[in-house]
This record gives sequence, C-alpha cells and structure tokens, in this order.
Amino acid sequence: MALLGRGAILVAFELLVYAALAGGYAAARGRRRLHDSARNALVGAFGATLVAACVLVGAFVTRDFSFVYVAEHSSRVLPLGYTLAALWSGQAGSLLLWLLVLTAIGSAAVLLNRRLVRDTLPWTVPLLAAIGSFFAFIPLVVSSPFATQPAPPDGAGMNASLQNPYMLIHPPVLYLGYVGLTVPFAFAMAGLLSGRVDERWIVATRRWTLASWTFLGLAILLGAKWAYESIGWGGYYAWDPVENAALMPWLAATAFLHSVMVQEKKDMLRVWNVVLVALTFCLSLFGTFLTRSGVINSIHSFAQSSIGAWFLGFIVVVAAFATVVILVRLPLLRTRVRLESLASREAAFLYNNLLLVAFCLTVLWGVVFPLLSEAVRGEPATVGPPFYNFFLRTFGLPLLLLMGIGPLVAWRRASLRSLARSIAWPAGVSFATGAALLALGAGSSPLGLAAYTFSAFCLGAIVLEFGRGTYARKALGAPGWPAAFSSLVAHNRRRYGGYVSHAAVVLLAIGVVGSSLYGTSGSRHLAPGETMQVGRYALRYLGPTLRRGANHDELRAQLAVTGDGEPLGVVAAGKNRYHVEAFFANAVAIRTDWLRGEDLFVIGDQFNRDGSVELKVFVNPLVGLIWIAGAVFLLGSVVALWPDAREQRRRAHRALELEAARA
Amino acid sequence: MDAAALVLVALLAAAAVLLVARPFLCEPVTGVQPREDEQARERLRLAEQRDRALAALKELEFDHRTGKICDGDYRELVGPLRREAAETLRLLDDRARLGATRRPRTRPAGAARARALARSGLR
Repeated sequence: MALLGRGAILVAFELLVYAALAGGYAAARGRRRLHDSARNALVGAFGATLVAACVLVGAFVTRDFSFVYVAEHSSRVLPLGYTLAALWSGQAGSLLLWLLVLTAIGSAAVLLNRRLVRDTLPWTVPLLAAIGSFFAFIPLVVSSPFATQPAPPDGAGMNASLQNPYMLIHPPVLYLGYVGLTVPFAFAMAGLLSGRVDERWIVATRRWTLASWTFLGLAILLGAKWAYESIGWGGYYAWDPVENAALMPWLAATAFLHSVMVQEKKDMLRVWNVVLVALTFCLSLFGTFLTRSGVINSIHSFAQSSIGAWFLGFIVVVAAFATVVILVRLPLLRTRVRLESLASREAAFLYNNLLLVAFCLTVLWGVVFPLLSEAVRGEPATVGPPFYNFFLRTFGLPLLLLMGIGPLVAWRRASLRSLARSIAWPAGVSFATGAALLALGAGSSPLGLAAYTFSAFCLGAIVLEFGRGTYARKALGAPGWPAAFSSLVAHNRRRYGGYVSHAAVVLLAIGVVGSSLYGTSGSRHLAPGETMQVGRYALRYLGPTLRRGANHDELRAQLAVTGDGEPLGVVAAGKNRYHVEAFFANAVAIRTDWLRGEDLFVIGDQFNRDGSVELKVFVNPLVGLIWIAGAVFLLGSVVALWPDAREQRRRAHRALELEAARA
Repeated sequence: MDAAALVLVALLAAAAVLLVARPFLCEPVTGVQPREDEQARERLRLAEQRDRALAALKELEFDHRTGKICDGDYRELVGPLRREAAETLRLLDDRARLGATRRPRTRPAGAARARALARSGLR
C-alpha cells in the first residue's frame, strides 16, 4: 500500500501546484471558471492527502514494518493509542499531518468565506496552494513516510519520552495552531494583491486567527504539563528553543488580535496589522523548522535530517514575498486617522503591542543567537533561562499592569479624572493585596510581590468591568441579574471572552510566580526506613518495588508522606525501563494539594543495588493554577468564538449592500 | 497488492482530474470574473465607516452608562461621533440615489451579469 500513499501524495502535490499556478493566472486575469477549477484542486488536494494519511495510519495499525517510518517509530508491543500517535512522532509523518491540516483548513476557509471576500478569494486560493505545494513537496521528495524495506520482525519502538498521554493530544493541537495561522496570512496577502485593503479580510479570518491562537496557547500549556509530569526536572517550561518556537507566534498573534481591534474600530494600524500577520506566519514556519529540522540541540530534537535547508529557504521566500507585497501596497494601506490621545484604549493596545512584539523578538534573538554564533564564530553559544527570565520580568510586569488598565480606558480619549475614577477600585484592591501579602511574608521576593500586586489590580479591573457592565444592563431593563450578565456577554462576546482570557493569563502569572519564586526543594540519599524533610513535608522511604508493565518495567521508590505531622499517604517515584527501546524514562510522583494549590514533586533520581535511592523533592506552590489557567483560557476563547447573531446579520447586510453596489 | 494500489492511484488521479475539470464541464456562464468598480468600493468604504461610527456611538453610550466616561468627556465626544455617523449616512443615501438614477442606463449589462451569476449558483 506504500505505492498508494506515494501516489496520493503525488496527486496532492500536482493538484496544489495546479491550484497555485492556475489560481494565480485566474486571479490576475479575472478568469472565474479557472478560479473555480483551482479552488476545486485545493479541496481535491485535501482528499488526496487524507488518503495518504489513511494509508500510513493503516500501516501503523497493521504493524506493517515494510514501511521504514512505521518500523522506526512503533513496535508490536506499543499500545494502540501510541501506535496511532506514532503518525506524528517522526518528521515525515508530522509533515504529512501539517499538509493534511493545511489543506483541510485552507479548503474550509475558502469555502466558508466565498461570499464575504469574493474579490480577494481568487488570490487566497493560489497563496494557500503555494504554501501547500511546499509541504507536499517535502514528503514527496525529501522525507517520505512511504519509503519501504524488507519487513523486519519488529519495529524499533517509539521514543520513550513520547510515550505519554499528552503525546496523543499535544502535537495535533500544536499543529492546528501553527497551520491555522496560514489562513490570516493568505487572506491578508490576497487582500493586498487584489488591492482590497478594507476590513473584509479581517472579518473573514477573525475566528480562524482566534481559534489558531487558542490552539497554540493550549498546546504550549499541554506541552508544559507534559514536561512537568514526564521529563522530571521539577519545572514545566525550560525556555527550550522548541518551546520558544511555539511561544513566539503565540506572542505575535496575541499582539495581532489586539491591534486588529484598533483597525476595526478606528481604521488605524493597517500596515502594522499586515506586518504582524506576516511575522506570525513566518514564526509559525520557523517553529516547525526548529521542531523538525534538528538544527537546534533540544529535548525535542527527535529528528535529524536534511529538510532544514529547504525549510529555511521557504521561510526566506515567504518573508521576502510578504515584504515586497506590503511595500508595493503601502500607499493603499496608509490612513489619515491618527491617535487622538495617549490616554485611550487604542493607545493602550499600541503599548501592549510594542511590549508583546519586543518580548517576541527578544525570544527570537535568544533562539537564533546560538545558531548565528556557531555559523559566524564556529563555536556554539548558550542562551539560558536567566536571559529569558530577565526579559520576561522586563516586559511581563508592564504587560500585566496594562492588561488591567487597558479595559478601563475608553476609546478615543479619556480625561485623567475619569481614568482616576476607573482605576481607583482595582488600585485599592491591589494595594490591599500587596499589604496583606507583605504581612504574610511574601516580601521575601520583591518581584513576586510586585507581580501579585499587579495581578490583583488586573483581576480587580476584570471584576469591575463585569460588575459595572452587568449593573448597566440591569438598568437598561434586563429582568434580573443573571439575565443582565448574560445579556452583557451576549452583546460583546469578543470583549468579555477576552476578559476571561485576561483572567487566565493572570492565573498563569500567579502560578508561574508562586512556583518559581516561592518554592522549596531538597535532595538526599535515602536508605529504606530513612526520612527527609522538605518544607512542611516529611518523606519516609519504605523501599523499592519493581512491576512489569505492557512494554516496560516500573521501578519505584515507595515513600510515606506526612504534611505538618499528618499522614498524607504513599507516593511512588522512580523510572520506567522500556524493553524494545532499551531506554529509561523518569516517572515522577506528584501529590497535589488543591486546597493550598501546591504540588509535592518527587524524582527518584538514582536507584542503587543496596536498595537506597537518590531523591530530589520540590514543593511547588500555586503550580496548579497554571493548569486551571488553561481551562479558563479555553473558556474565554469559546465565549469569544461563539457565533454572534448580531454580527452575522451585520455581515449578511454588508454582503447584500455590496451585491447591490455591484449590480 | 501493487496492482491494486496502482488501480487505486489511477482512480484517485481520475477523480482529481474530474474535480478540477468540473467548472469547465458545467454550462458556461461568463469567462470573466466580475470585479468591484470604484463606486462599489467607495460604497463599501462608506458602509464600513458608517458601521464604525455607529458602533463607536453605542460603545460611548455604554461606557458613559457604566461610569467609564465622565459627563464632560461624553459631551465632548458624542457630538463629533454623531456628526460623523450622520454625514456617512447622508453620503450613502446620496450614492444610493445616484445609483438609482443611473441604473436604467446600466440595467441590461447589470441584469445580464446578475443572470449569469445566478446561473452559476453564485447569487
């Protein structure tokens, strides 16, 4: 069946090349039927890629080790869930997944928006197809998942650190984020190419951008949870280049989601928005390049291959293309609208954008500096957590404060008097929180104290916004408080969904600050019966145990835990030894105290022949808030993405107006 | 096995060709993509401006009601916004009237295009 897979990829590639060339010609010459044909080719490419993906999944399920890719990434004893997830555990399969998601999302975006952006669409199709052509070319020519060999009796198995439930969900969600960012890029560039620089491309891509941003954010958090539970060093984010690779487009997309509102409300920042869209897309390509090229030494470097040069070339082409198109269309993008006041909502968005982009570019510099250093000086340099943490503080704290101030400032301009009146209540909450935390001893870290004070300000501002809005809706005639609240959210889902997302970021900040600045840790060599103390916890080592799993052995140190003298049960930390892969992986013990919001995190670092063990123990305060922040973030996005009947009516009305104007 | 795979690839390729050729096999409509003229573009710009001004007015009213904007600021901001909205609506009305008076002259071409678009299932 490898032949069918190769054939399907070839068909997909040919369809995409046709869609790019014929679609481009149709757009330039205004040929409707040729455009329809190109659009069909894009949709057909999705079908062909789906066939190829099904062939590969079928090979995994039937353990067909005549496929080199299947033999390299699975084995007969690998559980079915991981066997299915093995599709994206290697480079060739994950690029096939990229292509599948791209053609699916691209086709859906084109078909769903064919009325709204009819004049832009002829350019959107060839752009999406051109990007797709590259991603079809790679599995076709450079790194094929359909290469065959005489079938060995068993496969090499899956990388042991990938054998984790998060493997089933993190990569696909990450890819939905990365690939989804292609849609706003393609529509923005198509708008520029067709000379339609009005807000239609923004309206058409708003939900796609928001959904991609949500997927990317969730993927970062899922990756952090995976690292926390699986890698086992006590933390959840190590500023690894590949982790940063997902963070950078997320930061740029966050800036875009804010600045695009300024364009919608005030018709400002047109140039800035298309630049941000291009930057976000290039960073998402760069992220895929970092993950899959193996160019950077990272825990994520599962693949070392020759696709790096192709990818780098493609990123350069995309960046150059976007730059030229933006420069050529600069006169169309210029608007006469100017910022009315430095104390206004749009100004707050501008400050937030500058901070987000500055942080994004700083992270980018941290990622590429070792590469440049190696290329120029011949010796690799390391950019470690202190570099990133310094800039996280420098840009993150003002961002946290701005996140609180921004919603309280009116559009256009706000007098100092009304601004002071608006921020008085959150500022009061903030100062009270700061004083209480100081009294409780949180002053041991001034940085943490500042972060918590700002977080309190931001949460106070969010509560105030919901409270004042609900009160106003009630005054406008809502029958009760719940009705007033739901009417408030229903009238502006994006705004109030955004506030929920802000609350998620505040929870994230509280969790990150708590676990990184107020944690305690200890390490000790323990013989059976001995006890160690970390913070309020005492751990008594009961002895080692060995259990045989489906495809691995589980070696554990059994530890009886007491907290403030109260018995809390037994935890087991240790290692898994995977039979086929001949690989040891940490299996940490995590005991979560939801009431205190803290984790007891235990690593069984080394097991000795005499039954003793080297233990590392961390007490991570408030770390649970980081995962709760993920759920709140998802809730905020769902609120913002929920279909808005009023908005749909407005769009339908606008489409009718456009039809009338054309007729 | 390879023969079966070959047949499937051939079927897939045939389906792809059919899908791509489908617009050319359907009843011919018009070979030229209808484009927005300057007038339509200007009308769209005005419609966007109108929506923006009306949304800003609604937002201003709500911000005033919630106490985010004091009375002085509200009075200062509401006037220009109302004028902008009214001016945009007037311009849109003018264009609609202008379009209505011109329509009889352009009706044959416009109607033909509309019929063509309707046939192609685009309207």
